[in-house]
Amino acid sequence: MNRFDYVRPASVPDAIAAAATPGATYLAAGTNLLDLMKGGVTRPSRLVDITRLPGLDRIEHLPGGAVRIGALVRNADLAYDPDFARAYPAVAEALLSGASAQLRNAATVGGNLLQRTRCPYFYDVASACNKRQPDTGCDARHGDNRLHAVIGWSQSCIATHPSDFCVPLVALDAVVEVEGPDGRRDIPLDAFHRLPGDTPQHENALQPGELVVAVRLPANADSFAAHARYLKIRERTSYAFALVSAAACLRIEHGVIREARLALGGVAAKPWRARPAEAILAGATPGATVFRNAAEAALTDARPSGDNAFKIELANRVIVRALAVAAAGTPEHITALPASLFSANSGAFHDA
Amino acid sequence: MSLSVSLTVNGVPHAVTLEDPRVTLLDLLRERLDLSGTKKGCDRGQCGACTVLVNGRRINSCLALAASHDGDDVLTIEGLAQGDALHPVQVAFIAHDALQCGFCTPGQIMSAVGLIQEGHAGADPERIREGLSGNICRCGAYAGIVEAVLEARQHLAQTDQRKAA
Repeated sequence: MNRFDYVRPASVPDAIAAAATPGATYLAAGTNLLDLMKGGVTRPSRLVDITRLPGLDRIEHLPGGAVRIGALVRNADLAYDPDFARAYPAVAEALLSGASAQLRNAATVGGNLLQRTRCPYFYDVASACNKRQPDTGCDARHGDNRLHAVIGWSQSCIATHPSDFCVPLVALDAVVEVEGPDGRRDIPLDAFHRLPGDTPQHENALQPGELVVAVRLPANADSFAAHARYLKIRERTSYAFALVSAAACLRIEHGVIREARLALGGVAAKPWRARPAEAILAGATPGATVFRNAAEAALTDARPSGDNAFKIELANRVIVRALAVAAAGTPEHITALPASLFSANSGAFHDA
Repeated sequence: MSLSVSLTVNGVPHAVTLEDPRVTLLDLLRERLDLSGTKKGCDRGQCGACTVLVNGRRINSCLALAASHDGDDVLTIEGLAQGDALHPVQVAFIAHDALQCGFCTPGQIMSAVGLIQEGHAGADPERIREGLSGNICRCGAYAGIVEAVLEARQHLAQTDQRKAA
């Protein structure tokens, strides 16, 4: 790890001023940043510790029905907040399917959005990586790439965004509130993360020095609560990133899907909102045929980036299954293995 | 640039001056406070051997800067027993042979204490396995670990009931 200056400002304006120095980075829990620094993947000259900033650790229910989640709310605290989990069950399920209990106790909402890809070539400083060091090439293109992107990738980069949390958030039209040297602004989460193109080093829409202060879910986002699931396929039962995941949120009235939201994880450099699938689902009666048609529509532009064509078929099946379990109804309690189909029992006998 | 960090560790206040901000909470415990019960396994947040409770919550101490935890209350494996009386989770680990080499055991026990306090797993073995998935045991003592956690949880629940009665 390189040496750095450590500062711990007491207010948001002080933090933004402290982060104006070139090479400065915000530090929250550090569960990803310290790992990257230990490997020499990132080498900030200054860490601006934001963990003591006031007012960013609250879940606020706003007049009109929106909810505002402070950037420093810990992943576990959000997932286990009973009011939040009841209103946005797919978000709680996604949070609990990610990382380990220790990491969820520490990791923050803002940090989850800003975590970096787990592409092994990005982590290995001896490998060529356009994201870590622009214009040096991409060793993943012809390397071990079965876990890499199948949508929205480029010749420069085939990495995926690893977040579970962001998948239902993007389905529910979440908005990122940021504050920076030029004041506050909102960025829709769907426009927050960027596809790689020729500049995979530019991963999001933040300007230098801008700080994520909150994530907001709009007023109608709780209208899907009765039919909202997150489904995640991994290479082991727990504590693994998604091979492919899907958040499926349906508003069903009198047996008809009035509105559908669908997003995929593990397939692209951003949480992937599947709007063509949503259009097919709206107005339909839930059933296998329309779910398969929706999956086809979601994956029209999917292409293997290497040895990963299986992920397209897997994504197709995950979408169909996620829609089916969402249509069946949100369980009263989050299952023993959140977002997994492999629970030995429903887990419904204990309140999570 | 030197930093002053005040921590309460196992009930004892400590004031430490850091000449280098790179010191993790794990290294501060082991190298500065000589509390080597907390183990350094992967040092990357993947194995759970470094698990401690900070302000009552289990975290990976390897992925935490000591400077960030100024003012916090830390509980390590050394602070769990009351004198010669082992903590119920420690007792249950011995009773169920929940270890082989023992390297992961302090992390397993601190994680189990955190899990039981969190109260989300209940007496469901599947929820206990899921809740402890951040702790790797290379010897594969998982069966005994889950049995130990089940028994310790029941013991602690009964103790709580007696206190309430």
